[in-house]
Amino acid sequence: MSTIANQRISVKVNGETFESEVEPRLLLSDFLRHDLDLTGTHVGCEHGVCGACTVQLDGVPVRSCLLLAVQADGREVATVEGLAAGPDNLSPLQEAFREKHGLQCGFCTAGILMTMGPFLAENPDPSERQIREALSGNLCRCTGYQHIVDAVKLAGEKLYER
Amino acid sequence: MKPPVFDYVAPESLDGALDALAEHGYDAKILSGGQSLIPLLNFRLAQPGILIDLNRIGGLDEIRLDESGNLRIGGMTRVGTLEREPLVAEHAPLLFETVPSIAHPQIRNRGTVGGSLAHADPSGELPVIAVASGAQLTLRSPKGERTVAAEDFFVGLMTTDLAMDEILVEVSLPPLPPRTGTAFVEIARRLGDYAQAGVAAVVTLGDDDRVADARLVYLSAGDIPMQAPRAVELLRAEGVSEAVIEKAARLAAAEEIEPSDDIHASAAFKRHLATVVTKRALAVAIERARS
Repeated sequence: MSTIANQRISVKVNGETFESEVEPRLLLSDFLRHDLDLTGTHVGCEHGVCGACTVQLDGVPVRSCLLLAVQADGREVATVEGLAAGPDNLSPLQEAFREKHGLQCGFCTAGILMTMGPFLAENPDPSERQIREALSGNLCRCTGYQHIVDAVKLAGEKLYER
Repeated sequence: MKPPVFDYVAPESLDGALDALAEHGYDAKILSGGQSLIPLLNFRLAQPGILIDLNRIGGLDEIRLDESGNLRIGGMTRVGTLEREPLVAEHAPLLFETVPSIAHPQIRNRGTVGGSLAHADPSGELPVIAVASGAQLTLRSPKGERTVAAEDFFVGLMTTDLAMDEILVEVSLPPLPPRTGTAFVEIARRLGDYAQAGVAAVVTLGDDDRVADARLVYLSAGDIPMQAPRAVELLRAEGVSEAVIEKAARLAAAEEIEPSDDIHASAAFKRHLATVVTKRALAVAIERARS
């Protein structure tokens, strides 16, 4: 058995601080899902290809399967659970995905939403090409991407009121 | 698909990291951006006893222009920072042009310049750009510092000149000579995927419009960033007509690179793609050298 000591971490997730003792090898994705029960972050490939596990670390979209929970000590993590104010009060980005049918099974959606928020903040009026480039790190096997692109466009309009 | 057991330290100074590395030697792995190392751990292809995380060390991610005009990039600089940094756009156009081809946005947000170079994946863009740019790499150990040219740094498949006790702390890109044009072209099945073929071209023209100097460096074409000195010699000797470019591209693709078969493409197809990207990159680099 391992003699490696657990490490104490304190991570702010969606505004709430969580203290925990974790094995160094615990992935951030597993910490969120198993220790904090935040199962909105999905785990697909676990090697950084599919993008389903994308969360924001200090506001920046990153793969939570390619980060260790210990690396998030003292940092802020945002997950999909933090986007909506309530079940009947979706964020404009989520509203746009619902309106434009930007999801079918929903497995990839959390990762896409956590990627597209900061993308739209940097590019409030993106071209289709820019949207598709920004989506390149998120695999969707249902939609063919067209409705996702439409949803991101609409979200830009909603968020930045054009 | 979960990492094996390992210990973890996150020193707050470079000296602390070097001490930890000296103490644990080959049992340690340096954790920089983790975008290659963590997948290797998840697949259990790597099983280090301890990870030494550089992410709590400040000051290793600076980008600055030194007094000689070299662009100096700290090893912990995130790849995504390069595409937003005006100094890179102005002083390292080849690097700047290449960044969007490096993995996906979320990976670029985390992956680092030093990590990619030290990882030395032959399908990585940054090793190729470092060699094509004539970059100098600064390696730090408890004994001090040394500088290695990028083209001497990559010695084999995922193998570098880094000694057991060294950490790559900085990359220095020299200014381009006058009348020099650069271009990067790669072909991947999807933006950000591993390239099936790709090349960085750097061309310096003389006053008579002949090629005074050039470099062609390929990714996914062998164990290390692969150069094509014979194609370059042909360009120097015979000029930059379309026919010569065609001949040089075919020579490089057929005889100077060593692509291998994989599930997506045969080596023969990759050689074909290498011819295509070479012609495109040379045409653009020459055009840019003239303007």
